[in-house]
Amino acid sequence: MNPVYAIVGLPLAAAAVLVLVPGYRTGAWLNVAASAATLAASLFLFVAEPEPTALFVIDALNIYLIVLTCFVGLTTSVFSASYIGHELQSGKLSPRSLRFYHAMYQGFMFTMLAALSANNLGVMWVAVEGATLTTVLMVSLYRTAESIEAAWKYFILCGVGIALALFGTILMYLAAQPVMGPGMAAMTWTELLRHMGSINADILNLAFVFLLVGYGTKVGLAPLHAWLPDAHAEGPTPISAVLSGLLLNVALYAVLRFKMLLAVNGEALSPGPLMMAMGLGSLLLAGFMLYRRRDIKRFFAYSSIEHMGIITFAFGIGGPLANFAGLLHMAMHSLTKSAIFYAVGHVAQATGTQSIDKIRGLTVSHPALGWGLLVGVLAIAGLPPFGIFMSEFLLVTTTFAREPLLAVPLVLGILIAFGALVLRLQQICFGEPSGEVRPIHGSLVPLYAHLALVLVAGIWLPGPLVAWFRTVAAILG
Amino acid sequence: MPDIAYDASHLLGAVVLLMSFALLYQRRLFSLLNVFTLQALALSAAAAWQGYAHGEPHLYVTALLTLTLKAIVMPLALHRIIVKLNIQRAIEPALSIGLTMVAGVSLVTLSILLVLPVTAEATALTRENLALSLSVVLLGLLMMISRRNAVSQVVGFMSIENGLILAAVGVAGMPLVVEMSVAFSVMVAFIVFGIFLFHIRERFDTLDMQEIESFRGEHR
Repeated sequence: MNPVYAIVGLPLAAAAVLVLVPGYRTGAWLNVAASAATLAASLFLFVAEPEPTALFVIDALNIYLIVLTCFVGLTTSVFSASYIGHELQSGKLSPRSLRFYHAMYQGFMFTMLAALSANNLGVMWVAVEGATLTTVLMVSLYRTAESIEAAWKYFILCGVGIALALFGTILMYLAAQPVMGPGMAAMTWTELLRHMGSINADILNLAFVFLLVGYGTKVGLAPLHAWLPDAHAEGPTPISAVLSGLLLNVALYAVLRFKMLLAVNGEALSPGPLMMAMGLGSLLLAGFMLYRRRDIKRFFAYSSIEHMGIITFAFGIGGPLANFAGLLHMAMHSLTKSAIFYAVGHVAQATGTQSIDKIRGLTVSHPALGWGLLVGVLAIAGLPPFGIFMSEFLLVTTTFAREPLLAVPLVLGILIAFGALVLRLQQICFGEPSGEVRPIHGSLVPLYAHLALVLVAGIWLPGPLVAWFRTVAAILG
Repeated sequence: MPDIAYDASHLLGAVVLLMSFALLYQRRLFSLLNVFTLQALALSAAAAWQGYAHGEPHLYVTALLTLTLKAIVMPLALHRIIVKLNIQRAIEPALSIGLTMVAGVSLVTLSILLVLPVTAEATALTRENLALSLSVVLLGLLMMISRRNAVSQVVGFMSIENGLILAAVGVAGMPLVVEMSVAFSVMVAFIVFGIFLFHIRERFDTLDMQEIESFRGEHR
C-alpha cells in the first residue's frame, strides 16, 4: 500500500475523532498518539518509494519535508499536552475550545501533509488554503481583542495572497493547456515537468509572479509579512511553534515546486533574481525590526521572517551549494525555532508575561529552562557549533564566490539580526530575576531533543544525509 | 463573421467587470449587497453560457453553485447579520469615490496591458476573459483597501473570488476540481468571516476596522 494515504489519512481521521472526545487529557494524548502514528507512517516512505499517482507525488525533495513536518508535529503535540493544561487552569481557555483546538491541530497537520505530497497543483492550492483556515481559527482561540485582530489581519492578507496564487495556478494551466490538451494532466506536476520545454514562456512568467507573491505572502516575505508577527504573538504558543517551524516551509515548498517547473523551460525568466530580492529585503527589514520589539513572541516571529528571507535568498541564488545550504537551513530553522517557542511558552507561563522588559534572570530562576532558551537563541543567531552556523556559512561563502556584491547585504543582515538577538538574550537570561518566581509545569524533553539534533547536525552530518541533500539540491537546479 | 457565442460571453464578462466598478462607488451596505448579487448573477450566466457554447456540462455545476451560494445564500446571510447586529448602514470610504474610480480605471488598463501581450497564442476569447477577470481581481483588491468596514471587506474578498471563477471558466477544459474547491473554499471562508463578524461585534461594539487597527498587542 502507498504510505501516503496513511500519512494524509491518519491526521484527518484523528481530527474527526478528536472533535468527539470530551476530556482534554484524553484529547491531548490522542493528539500525541496520532502524531506519533503519522511519523511512523512517514518513515515507511523511505522503504516504499511510491510511484507518483494523479494526486500524490513523493520525490527526494518532499520526502524530507514530510518527515520533518511529522517529527516537529509530534514534538509540538508533546509540548502542547504539557502546556495546554496550564492554560485551562488559569482560565484562559475553556474545555470546549480545547477540544476544538486538538481537532484543529490534526486538521492543520492534514492540510500541511496534503500540500507537501500533492501532485496536482489544484489540490496543493486547496491544501494551502485549508492550512490558512485552520490556523486562523487557532490564532483566534483566546478570543481576546488582540487575538481576533491578529486572526482577522492574517485571514485578510493570506486570503488575498491565496487568491493571487490561484490566479497564478489558472495561468499555469492556461499555459500548459495548448500543449498538453484539456484535462487533469495539465494540472499534474509530474506531467507538467515532462512537457515544460514546449510551453509558452510568457504566460509562465506572468504565472510565476502571481504564484511568488501569492504563496510568498504565506512564507512571510517582506513586504507581505504584516500578518506573521501578530498571528505568532496572539495564538497559543504550540501554534506559534508549528506556524514558524512548518507552515512557512510548506508555503516556500510550493514556490520551489513552481521554480523547478520554470527552470526546465529554457525561455522563461529566471526566478532567481526575484527570489533573491525578496529574500534580502525580508532579511534586512526583519533584522532592523528586531530591535524595536517588546513582546517576546513577536520578537521571535520577526526572527522567523529573517530566516525565511535567508532561505529564499539561498534558493534564489541556486546552484548545488546554495540549494544545499537552503535545504539544511530550512530543517535547522524548523527545529531551532520550534524549540525556542517551546521555551518561550514555558517562560510566558512561569512569569505570566510576554513582555521582554519584565522577563529577567531566567538562568537564575529557572535554570533548565533559561539555559535551554539561551542555547536555542545562540543557535538561531548562527553561532557555531550549531547547524544554522553551518548552513549560513555555506551560503555566505557561495555568495562571495558567485555574487560578491550581494554578499555584503547578506552578511550585514545576518549581523544586524545577530546583534538584536544577543542584546535581548542578555536581558532575558541574566541578571536578577524580577517579579514572582513560579515553578514551571511540563516537560522540557521536546526543547532539549530539538536542540540536541541541531547540535549534532552542526558537528556531524551523517554521510547518507549529505548525499540525500546533494541529490535534492541537484534536482532544484 | 458574427459569432454569437463569442459576443455573448464577452458581454457577460464585461457585465461582471462593470459590477465591480459599481461596487466601488456604493455608499450604503444594502445597495452594496445588491450590486454584489447582480455580479454573482452575471458570473453564473457567464459560466452557464460557456458550458453551453463549448459543450462542457460541468460548467453548469459551477454556474449553479455560484447562483445558489453567491447570489442567494451569502447576500441574504450578510443582510441578516447587518440587521441583527445593527451595523451602521453607511459606508465610509478611506479614499474618495473619484480617486477610487481613477485608480480602478488604471488597474483595468494595467491588466489589459499585462495580459494581452503575453497570451498572443491563446484564442481571442481566452485572452479577453483573462484580462477581464484580472481586472475584477484587482478591483476587488482595491475595494478591500479603500473600505474600512468589515462587511464591505468581506464583499471585496468575495468579488476577488468571482474574478477567479471567471478566469477558471474562460480557460477551456479546466478540471472541475478547481472550480469546486473555489466554491467550497468561499463557503468555508464565509463561515469563518461570519464567526469573525460576531466576535468582533462582541468585543468592540463596532465593525470599523480602523478602531481595531489601533490594537498592536505591544502594550501588554
